[in-house]
Amino acid sequence: MRVNVTINGDQRQADDVWEGESLLYMLRERLGLPGSKNACEQGECGSCTVYLDDVPVCACLVAAGQCQGREVRTVEGLAAGDDLDPVQRSFVEAGAVQCGFCTPGLVVAAHDLLRRVPEPSDPEIREALAGNLCRCTGYEKILDAVRLAATRQASGAEAR
Amino acid sequence: MSKSAPVRTPTDLTSSVAGGIGASPQRPDGNLKVRGEFAYASDLWHEDMIWGATLRSPHPYARIRSIDITEALKVPGVYAVLTHSDVPGKNLYGLEHPDQPVLAVDVVRYQGEPVALVGADHPETARRAMERIAVDYEVLEPVVDMEDAAHGRGTPLHPGGNLVRHVPIRHGDQQVTAEVVVTGEYEVGMQDQAFLGPESGLAVPGEDGGIDLYVATQWLHVDQKQVAQALGLPLDKVRLTLSGVGGAFGGREDLSMQVHASLLALHTGKPVKMVYNRLESFYGHVHRHPAKLYYEHGADRDGRLVYVKCRIYLDGGAYASSTPAVVANAATLGVGPYDVPNATVDCWGVYTNNPPCGAMRGFGAVQAGFAYESQMDKLAAAVGLDPVEVRIRNAMHEGSLMPTGQVVDSAAPVAELLRRVKDKPLPPVNRTEPVDIREMPGGASNTTHGEGVVRGIGYAVGIKNVCFSEGYDDFSTARVRVQVIGGELSALAHTAACEVGQGLVTIMQQIVRTELGVERVTIAPMDTTIGNGGSTSASRQTYVTGGAVRSACQTVRGRLFELAARKLGVDAVGLSLHGGKLVSDLHGVLADLVDVLGDDVVDETVEWRHRATESLDPVTGQGNAHVQYGFAAHRAVVDVDVELGLVKVVELDCAQDVGKALNPEAVLGQIQGGSAQGLGLAVMEEIQTSGGKIRNPSFTDYLIPTVLDMPPMSIDVLELADPHAPYGIRGVGEPPTISSTPAIVAAIRAATGLALTRAPVRPEHITGT
Repeated sequence: MRVNVTINGDQRQADDVWEGESLLYMLRERLGLPGSKNACEQGECGSCTVYLDDVPVCACLVAAGQCQGREVRTVEGLAAGDDLDPVQRSFVEAGAVQCGFCTPGLVVAAHDLLRRVPEPSDPEIREALAGNLCRCTGYEKILDAVRLAATRQASGAEAR
Repeated sequence: MSKSAPVRTPTDLTSSVAGGIGASPQRPDGNLKVRGEFAYASDLWHEDMIWGATLRSPHPYARIRSIDITEALKVPGVYAVLTHSDVPGKNLYGLEHPDQPVLAVDVVRYQGEPVALVGADHPETARRAMERIAVDYEVLEPVVDMEDAAHGRGTPLHPGGNLVRHVPIRHGDQQVTAEVVVTGEYEVGMQDQAFLGPESGLAVPGEDGGIDLYVATQWLHVDQKQVAQALGLPLDKVRLTLSGVGGAFGGREDLSMQVHASLLALHTGKPVKMVYNRLESFYGHVHRHPAKLYYEHGADRDGRLVYVKCRIYLDGGAYASSTPAVVANAATLGVGPYDVPNATVDCWGVYTNNPPCGAMRGFGAVQAGFAYESQMDKLAAAVGLDPVEVRIRNAMHEGSLMPTGQVVDSAAPVAELLRRVKDKPLPPVNRTEPVDIREMPGGASNTTHGEGVVRGIGYAVGIKNVCFSEGYDDFSTARVRVQVIGGELSALAHTAACEVGQGLVTIMQQIVRTELGVERVTIAPMDTTIGNGGSTSASRQTYVTGGAVRSACQTVRGRLFELAARKLGVDAVGLSLHGGKLVSDLHGVLADLVDVLGDDVVDETVEWRHRATESLDPVTGQGNAHVQYGFAAHRAVVDVDVELGLVKVVELDCAQDVGKALNPEAVLGQIQGGSAQGLGLAVMEEIQTSGGKIRNPSFTDYLIPTVLDMPPMSIDVLELADPHAPYGIRGVGEPPTISSTPAIVAAIRAATGLALTRAPVRPEHITGT
């Protein structure tokens, strides 16, 4: 089948999509967007988290065909050109990235959290990221990164 | 016909962030990773590529009567179906003993053993074709008991029987007795590395009949050797490049899809991509050896150890993998970081029909650590001492003798590490209304507001060897090039040492900056065009490849001084490099290095070795087998809901000596991550098997810690330089994984009063239901 979908603001088309394919497979293998990661492909690790019509989802649990006519925003669509999103910048600066395989999903999940809750408490950060597994960091520096991004966004908002 | 290149292969890491050793510059691959642009092995893509898939045995032990691929070949879109008869070279591989078939011939020895391969136009096509491969199995009774296997009981699974290795250690008086004796039997479950990036790669057939393989691995050259032997190709026709690695933790030391993808590529003439899903990943790599351990500690009335006797069994599963080295570690480190005047240690590693086990972070030291630390708590109780005090009374120090007779000849601040975690402030008790249920066992599931919740505190300390042991010629190769590019002084560092997420690429840049005063340092992709970098394991890469990069820089520096001496007419003695300038002891700044170099390029490759080790005496286990020892201590604070058996680790504090923190933030990251894996083993992580079959091969049923499970950590990092190591460093990655588990289990014991002799502790162990 053919799937028409808006991805990171661009109108995209995928052909010969098998009905059983996930959004994740379509992104990674048909549309050249491998940023969303294939760590478990069963909705347990959050590494493939993307926005579907502005709601975070596990791309591995969404059928490609379900995305017909809808909008997807992936980790590749967060930065504005060379300017990293504050969440992305904070992950690098806080040392929250080791192997980085969980990072795209965590960046999207943290991005979503900070849209909803600009100044989250630690328990709120933990609840919001509980669906994203990381095996390298022990999460301490990921918490640091989200706190840093929140601070950065707050000061950025004041500056404006 | 020229082959086109694959897409999303590794590129030079050029991101330039200032910072030499001792600073914490950002990772050169960090921006790529947060943007989703870092090229992992599963991201590879090639024009005209096909997909490879592996048919695996559903049985832990069976004879193969026949394999019929006829129907599979008829599936439209299938390019090839291969079996053992299509393996052109030697159909056996393995890290230490080549005992594992690339594809099973007439017997399968574990559930998940590869039997056949399919190459097809889509993963789904491959799956359908695999369903049409008819394998006629005669199912056999599996061997699953490790103690039986160690002592010659049960069906031999390999020609030499089921014993892979026995290491005895006889230290001191073997007949000695003691006033206080405590005994214990312990078990450690099978832990999975659970790296997030699944086994993946791309094999591209070369015009010369060779293969270009892009993979995620821990050791390119040992892969190259095994792949070449299986394919029947000379080494130079098997070229490996490291693709982005999504974590490793030991699980990528053994081959997974490397030979399989190469076979399909050579057979079809097409690039072949293979990507395991999570289910297959649980079958596709070795795990941490489950263990059964029997300990007896003898001490005087003051709690001073007189002797330790132990028997340790490690289940290696169907194939040897790195079992022999794991056995040596468990044996030589089996009494822990203590002064033990007399020791009797026996450790056996065996073959069974359980899943194959090999390397995982901690490598034999983890299993022993759980047992000897549980014993130290028992001893403390028996002599009426505080658990920390009994450890400090017996703590090893610099100059102590290992049970192998090896003298510990650099810092061993065991007592200091324990004191530090003990002296940290304790977290408040969350019992006053309103209780934040998110901080209770069970969390937001709202299972308790504090009813039935008991707090406990536990301590543990551990020891780990660093680098390869037992006389292994352990070295790394590094190439450093300095030249002027676009008017700017630039350095390039190239090795085959695998970056798996730990930050070796950052460390290499830092070392070059410090040694050469060059700010712009590029890290070339890691591949087999350069010599062996050794394994990314045994906490050894900063030590050995770091040492090699430093050594290459020193050689380059000498060349630069010779060049300067010749061009400027000065004496090469007394020169140094600072911030891109050539400085003389006597005359100050002589020139910009940019001007000294001009169009010249200085390019040096060196091999660097750590000091040699010795093999262990096969009868007494004596010998200077290890290069260096690393130590860490933990204090765990837990809240346990004794009615539901739920555990909340409230705080997990650590003190570790790292010799010299080349990158302090990365050191913390290693300690935090390693401690988290130890937490997993303490309270949730186990591959559960029944009759050799894995019952929980998914992230739904095999749980690893989430951000809700991992508590805040307070960490003390000591920097007591090891005079034998580059910059004084001590390997960092593994020690925190060892003491974290026993500290948490000790805390649960303290809270509940239960014996808890098995890790991981399950809810039913606490509730007794």
